[in-house]
Amino acid sequence: MDMRVTPRQKMKLVMVGNGMAGVRALEELLKLAPDLYEITVFGAEPHPNYNRILLSPVLAGEQTLDEIVLNGWTWYQDNGITLHAGYKVTQVDRVHRTVSATNAQGETVQADYDRLILATGSNPFILPLPGHELPGVLAYRDIADTQAMIDAAAQYQHAVVIGGGLLGLEAANGLMKRGMQVTVVHVGEWLMERQLDKVAGQMLQASLEARGMQFRMGAQTSALMAGEDGRVAKVEFKDGSHVPADLVVMAVGIRPNTQLAESMGLHVNRGIVVTDTLQTVTDPRIWAVGECAAHRGIAYGLVAPLFEQGKVLANHLAEFGIGRYLGSQTSTKLKVTGIDLFSAGDFMGGEGFEEIVMSDPAGGVYKKLVLKGEQLVGACLYGDTVDGSWYFKLLREGRSVADIRDKLMFGESNIGDVGHQGQSKAAAMADSDEVCGCNGVTKGAICKSIKDKGLFTLDEVRKHTKASASCGSCTGLVEQILMFTAGGDYSATPKMKPICGCTSHGHQAVRDAIREHKLLSVGAVFRFMEWRTPNGCASCRPAVNYYLISTWPKEAQDDPQSRFINERSHANIQKDGTYSVIPRMWGGETTADELRRIADVVDKYQIPTVKVTGGQRIDLLGVKKEDLVNVWKDIGMPCGHAYAKALRTVKTCVGSEWCRMGTQDSTQMGKDLEKAMWRMYAPHKVKFAVSGCPRNCAEAGIKDVGIIGVDSGWEMVIGGNGGIKTEVAEFFVKLKTAEEVLEYTGAFMQLYREEGWYLERTVHYLHRVGMAHIKKKVLEDEANRKALWARLQHALDGEPDPWFEFNKARVDTRQFEPVTTA
Amino acid sequence: MTTWKTICRVEDIPVLGARRVAREQGLDVAVFRNDADEVFALLDRCPHKGGPLSQGIVFGQQVACPLHNWTIGLCDGMAHAPDEGCTPRFAVKVEAGVVHLDADELAGHATDLARPIAGPVSRKTVCA
Repeated sequence: MDMRVTPRQKMKLVMVGNGMAGVRALEELLKLAPDLYEITVFGAEPHPNYNRILLSPVLAGEQTLDEIVLNGWTWYQDNGITLHAGYKVTQVDRVHRTVSATNAQGETVQADYDRLILATGSNPFILPLPGHELPGVLAYRDIADTQAMIDAAAQYQHAVVIGGGLLGLEAANGLMKRGMQVTVVHVGEWLMERQLDKVAGQMLQASLEARGMQFRMGAQTSALMAGEDGRVAKVEFKDGSHVPADLVVMAVGIRPNTQLAESMGLHVNRGIVVTDTLQTVTDPRIWAVGECAAHRGIAYGLVAPLFEQGKVLANHLAEFGIGRYLGSQTSTKLKVTGIDLFSAGDFMGGEGFEEIVMSDPAGGVYKKLVLKGEQLVGACLYGDTVDGSWYFKLLREGRSVADIRDKLMFGESNIGDVGHQGQSKAAAMADSDEVCGCNGVTKGAICKSIKDKGLFTLDEVRKHTKASASCGSCTGLVEQILMFTAGGDYSATPKMKPICGCTSHGHQAVRDAIREHKLLSVGAVFRFMEWRTPNGCASCRPAVNYYLISTWPKEAQDDPQSRFINERSHANIQKDGTYSVIPRMWGGETTADELRRIADVVDKYQIPTVKVTGGQRIDLLGVKKEDLVNVWKDIGMPCGHAYAKALRTVKTCVGSEWCRMGTQDSTQMGKDLEKAMWRMYAPHKVKFAVSGCPRNCAEAGIKDVGIIGVDSGWEMVIGGNGGIKTEVAEFFVKLKTAEEVLEYTGAFMQLYREEGWYLERTVHYLHRVGMAHIKKKVLEDEANRKALWARLQHALDGEPDPWFEFNKARVDTRQFEPVTTA
Repeated sequence: MTTWKTICRVEDIPVLGARRVAREQGLDVAVFRNDADEVFALLDRCPHKGGPLSQGIVFGQQVACPLHNWTIGLCDGMAHAPDEGCTPRFAVKVEAGVVHLDADELAGHATDLARPIAGPVSRKTVCA
């Protein structure tokens, strides 16, 4: 007897449209639920899915049509998708749930659906001028248009492009490169007026004129006139003048293609109206994605938002039911080789705004930043766009730029001292040039990855190549490379970033929930916040564990298995799997006795390297895991936490005890600080330094908290960092006594512990919340400062030394011994 | 016929953690336990730069390498895309709460792979 269970009948999913947004949604769906649906796709064009953004480079002869195909015919076969390419959908019957389509030969196909995706994209807008139906008059939208333009360029001389926007200029540039004489007719006062201000628009025009492009600005077209052969021959203007034209390309804008949706009776308002889950508001069986969809009144036309939509749609079609699309902010770049421009936000400025402008017309560089209050709200860059992404990030985050206002114009690399080595034009770099210094990634490697793996977004490039994934200072370069290799734009990142792929919640939401609902274990957080994975991942578990123990000290359960290995073994793992051990030396002071014990340990356990650290301590490198416990015991010094997201070192200078310049006893101050705050876990590592006089030999200006002795007391600076980007600490307050130094430092630390996001250094925390906020909480509110300091002392009271109090510190000692088999 | 060698009890491995099993030849074998009490065994060596996977964070049926955070599948030893690489697997049998490994594999499987070298022994002489 056949006992096999018959699988559930697969649901039928039909997609109308075979473009980038829709097919990306299917790809995401297949990743999540490969067997849920029987999928049918209708595409009006007789091609598989291709990269529409790259039509401009194809027109310009820089790439071929084959190179821009994203999903070849075999992709559809391999994934069991029925593709009707070249079939235009004529009717959808929502009652019987059938889709009917016809091809050029008049053959028809029908398909039934359980669920339907509309991904019909957009149509170019054709000006209803007399003569707009003449042969030789084209829009610029698809492969057929592009091919027609390429064919025309081979035969004819004169081209007119109507519309001096992004698409029109790309078309004009392509036709010019194919040898045509091109005139751009633009009704506006300057080019790309929706993306550029007047100065930048005029600079762009001058640059294109220098390449041979001609312009008729402010001109209104009245008619397209035919020649003797019936093909278009000239363009006539309202003022009676005319220009010859064997080819007219209309690029005056696109409109969401909603014809079919309207005929189906779906609600349409500047696009098919969808909810945050991309479902149409009219029919729950129907979703819309891409340029045809209107989300919160906006129909997007750039790749990144559409791919985000695709991800959300796929999640719901896969019946996971989580994830919402919340809209995107967008920015613009032009794909004309050799011309760099960037704009985002409210770049026009005007009343109520302030503008910072740098203009060098002869050098071909123009930059305008628009501020409102303390925030950057718009940017328009011409000629040097490498900082575009940084401005865009500031703009999206909406954080105060008051503190960096004087340096804003000069870009991110001028904020710290390390950056992209002065490189600002990726196109000028050789393939062998290094783009990302942190991860050693060359331009060639990035290009290869983008091409071979079909990458589109900055996040994808980061994931695959690690380029710009560490310090991020080369982000602008990577985006430029992405831009001319894949044509991808990088416009959109959701404002709130989830902690990781296991959840849609961000760091703040998790912190808030732990506090408000008194969640006390990692599992409780995952259940309460409906984590998608059973036990998280290596990104979210350490973060959540930190939030728990910092919010509910003495109550929340510390979970060693949710900590990175260094905090589980209380030593620092090295590349060969051995560990390094750094004992604590209070304020950097040691004794003969301690040094003797260290020397004995080095001999006894044959430790290969002994090194003095930058934090005035001694590092023993190459300790075998099996030896760790005995090494700690034999050294007999406290744990240095040199491996942890915690207080590490307090660096001090000699100070007034010995130094003839010293004004304060910095060593004692350092020891007191260290003894008060060691064992303090924090969002990231924390370093202090104390200098006895303003010569600042302890380098207090690049520490999380720096204390600098002056004659009348101590100056306290915060938020310094000597890491990937050197950040100079900002002056915080001047204090009189050592007690005050302890209290203010402790209060700032506790605020950072309670509000910082995991892996956020003090400098980044400071930038996120603003100095005014920290001053308000610590300086201006005495009661709050004392409460913060008291909370920190309570949290640290009785905390164990993990090298000696294994039980209390929850150290699983089984890890130090390999399993022995008989 | 497989000869199963007794290694330890399931409880001897921390939940969402790992233990190392030393061998006479070759690198240790890492035995992992997840929160569903499933037990897996891989060579204790990440295909990327040879990191000890036993020291990583275990989640679901995966482990994140402690050196550069590559994610390795515990069932098949494969690196999670977009990274590429594979760690040798070892057969595991759990019977009555006791973990066993294949004695032949312990003795001879993937014994040629080594840890990267660190420290002064790797130093190149710059001048004589």
